[in-house]
Amino acid sequence: MSAPDLQNGSAMEKNVYTVSDLNQIIKGLLDGVPELQSVCVQGELSNYKVYPSGHHYFTLKDAQSAIRCVMFRSSAEKLRFLPENGMDVTAMGRVTVYPRDGAYQLYVSALNPQGMGDLYVAFEQLKKKLEAIGLFDPAHKKPLPAFPKTIAVITSEAGAAVRDIIRVTGKRWPMAKIVILPVRVQGVEAPGEIVEALRYANAWKVADLIITGRGGGSIEDLWAFNDERVARAIYQSEIPVISAVGHEPDVTIADYVADLRAATPSNGAELAVPDSDELRAALGGLSLRCDHALRKHLETSRAALRDLASRRVMQSPMGYLDLKRMEVDMQRSRLLSVQERRVAAARHGFVRVSASMDALSPLKVLGRGYAIASRSDGQTVRGVKDAAPGDRIALTLRDGRLDCIVDEREENSDGEKGNEL
Amino acid sequence: MAKKEMSFEDAMKRLDEIVKGLEKGDVTLKDSMAMFEEGTALIRRCSEMLDSAEQQVVRLKKGPDGAPTELPFDAEEP
Repeated sequence: MSAPDLQNGSAMEKNVYTVSDLNQIIKGLLDGVPELQSVCVQGELSNYKVYPSGHHYFTLKDAQSAIRCVMFRSSAEKLRFLPENGMDVTAMGRVTVYPRDGAYQLYVSALNPQGMGDLYVAFEQLKKKLEAIGLFDPAHKKPLPAFPKTIAVITSEAGAAVRDIIRVTGKRWPMAKIVILPVRVQGVEAPGEIVEALRYANAWKVADLIITGRGGGSIEDLWAFNDERVARAIYQSEIPVISAVGHEPDVTIADYVADLRAATPSNGAELAVPDSDELRAALGGLSLRCDHALRKHLETSRAALRDLASRRVMQSPMGYLDLKRMEVDMQRSRLLSVQERRVAAARHGFVRVSASMDALSPLKVLGRGYAIASRSDGQTVRGVKDAAPGDRIALTLRDGRLDCIVDEREENSDGEKGNEL
Repeated sequence: MAKKEMSFEDAMKRLDEIVKGLEKGDVTLKDSMAMFEEGTALIRRCSEMLDSAEQQVVRLKKGPDGAPTELPFDAEEP
């Protein structure tokens, strides 16, 4: 029935459309389906292309089927991750016809990585990129000053973070001066301000340590610290940087680039400065070590001295002297004995001599019955000529004296032969 | 060396040298006595620095010539 109709020229004429018309009719049909005006489609990205115009073109496919997609620049600019071929995504948009090509396609207004947030993917992508170019290289990390003199704090001056940092540093290490460089820490302006503050702090060398960060918040709130510009500015900073963003589990790109990652702003302050109390204790320890070392040195010196003193001479100088004295004594006694022998011999001689002298004593002679005659003038009468008759002479005997008068004198014939005893 | 000008860090460094030197014990007794005295003085000085420190907090503002100017910062809760 319809076939003959098709052969009919006038009938055909009645149904002839221009291509444009036809596409418009189809477009109208599709646009009339409410579900197609806002649809979510799951699929894998392929043939992804970014045109100089800023529009993104790609195909979304599954195992059996594919659909062409376009994402206009205005939507593509809002992408927070970089779509890649092979990535499983959920695309939101509407289906309509592109009349020029007579092709229906999905006009994507938002694209999300499947199974995870777009920011998560963006984070992973930036992390991978910066890691590959060496921004996280541990060799590039600068040592922190042991005793910072001035700490630049780059954060919001309104937040709790700056107060936490002031409080903790003030308690631990009041010697460090805190200079605050106020910046916005969330919103589109934040990354630029943070970068500017980092550069300014370096250009004017306002500190010897920088803490940058903010208090906790959603991943969107912390996003400035996942910005590539911020990451690069931290990397380029000649002043060591501590990143102190959010709460303990929050890890940002800034954390990876910074010379030291702190879990929170308070923790950043703790890591930035030593603890006065610990330093006081350490000083006490050093003092003890000084004492101990000096005492040990003295002890060693004393030991060395003792060692020297233990040599025989030094150990007991008195003993040594005693010994020497003993030797002297022995010598002396030897000398003495010689002397004594001499003396003894001398004494012996003397006794002998004195014995003979005793034998010669006139008294001994008297004992044998002899007498000594002496004149009144005391002269011993040694011969007859010494006294004349009539002279008074005294005879001294063993036990007394006899006074006598000479009667007569008779001289021996041999004259002077008289013995003198 | 002018001890008055010595920073805490320099003082600690010198102290470390002194203590290590003393502990090594390869100096004369006379030198070690001198080191001990210097060390004791440094410890006293560092302790004084710790005890007398007062925290200074300023807010930095870029001046007209670009140089930083310091403004007071109110650390109290707003």
